[in-house]
Amino acid sequence: MDELVQRFLAGDRRALARIITRVENSTLEGRDYVRALFPHSGRAHIVGITGGAGSGKSTLTGALTAELRRRGRTVAIIAVDPSSPFTHGALLGDRIRMQDVTMDPGVYMRSMAGRGALGGLAPAIADVVAVVDAFGFDYVIVETIGAGQDEVEIAGTAMTTVLVNNPGTGDDIQALKAGIIEIADILVVNKADHPGADVLVSQLQALLALSPADQRRPPILKTVATRGEGLAQLADAIDEHRAYLEQTGQLAAHRSEDARHQLLAITQQLILEEIRRAAPEAVIETLTGRIASRELDPHTAAEELAALVLPRG
Amino acid sequence: MSTATATDKIRVLIAKPGLDGHDRGAKVVARALRDGGCEVIYTGIRQTPEMIAEAALQEDVDVVGLSILSGAHLELFPRVVEELKKRGLDDVLLFCGGIIPEEDTEALQKLGFKAIFRPGTNTQDIVKFVYDNVKKK
Repeated sequence: MDELVQRFLAGDRRALARIITRVENSTLEGRDYVRALFPHSGRAHIVGITGGAGSGKSTLTGALTAELRRRGRTVAIIAVDPSSPFTHGALLGDRIRMQDVTMDPGVYMRSMAGRGALGGLAPAIADVVAVVDAFGFDYVIVETIGAGQDEVEIAGTAMTTVLVNNPGTGDDIQALKAGIIEIADILVVNKADHPGADVLVSQLQALLALSPADQRRPPILKTVATRGEGLAQLADAIDEHRAYLEQTGQLAAHRSEDARHQLLAITQQLILEEIRRAAPEAVIETLTGRIASRELDPHTAAEELAALVLPRG
Repeated sequence: MSTATATDKIRVLIAKPGLDGHDRGAKVVARALRDGGCEVIYTGIRQTPEMIAEAALQEDVDVVGLSILSGAHLELFPRVVEELKKRGLDDVLLFCGGIIPEEDTEALQKLGFKAIFRPGTNTQDIVKFVYDNVKKK
């Protein structure tokens, strides 16, 4: 393990790729890599790109990366695509839209399968982000699985969340009820060369006008990612948001919230693993059967299962 | 060295080197491997050998499958293998498919291709080949 960590710290991209695999697979060894590399993380600006399937997230991510590279910054991209709920396989196609940047030595691009996690992310996303951050990239861009109205988890990982909208995808009531709008730090209307782009911009403006006056209003930007239009403005808006977070103390608050979230999530995972180790499959089977036949309610059954490892209170 | 667990996924890169624009076969194979439980990275058409090797490195794949219909396999495949080696990726499992004449089999095997799948192959045979031959890191 030490040799791989040494190579990683010396800037070896293959060591980076290999360590991500181990971390993603959540092996015990993977956790040791996070332990070793976490102290080196915390410097990158983490940007989340989210939005509906087909909204142009991958193309926008590629074009934004090209813009950041023009400014001399280095970029890691983590693009998440869904896993099959049945076979657990995945077809990861985000590289197709990022061909222009993936040969650049200042860019690292990694496809990740969702592996059943909720929120358009992957189970190991926080650890993988910490690892690429530790490698020394200026920006880490996390592109979510196509998100609809309620996949808000990205805002926990990302410091700046960009929500990608398209003209012609629903009336303003769709936008009004979508919880995902509330997590956006920057709103992008992509495919802005399509009809209805200006209508969508004014609908979003009207929607934002309803939020409390003391709240920051996210900027609304028009882009045509396939032609690179509007990307300089997007890169500026991301840097402005970063500066805003620093000035208002919100960056520290975000870090602390994310730390708390991770602490509790990992503890929950550890307890679950402990239960799985302590409980023979037969015990789980029996409890499952008793719930299914309505002999036992799921709460009592879960308490019995948890009691195998938890001291009785 | 690493402890294999149930969460270890086989990662496969399916790539099309060269200029032919027909990727139906590559997509069918990618889909079959996905349905077989693999995580498949598909990079689309018109890939240079450098792009394929760089994608294999960044994505840390266990397997690289090349699809080609143009007839340029004896020009392009050696360059892909060379680029992989240049990056230290000599332990990935290689296979290929497409319009590849029988007489080229030996040359491709010498290059390190463990299997050649031609038109009419049952996709399940490809999935089985991957599972039987992959070396987990």
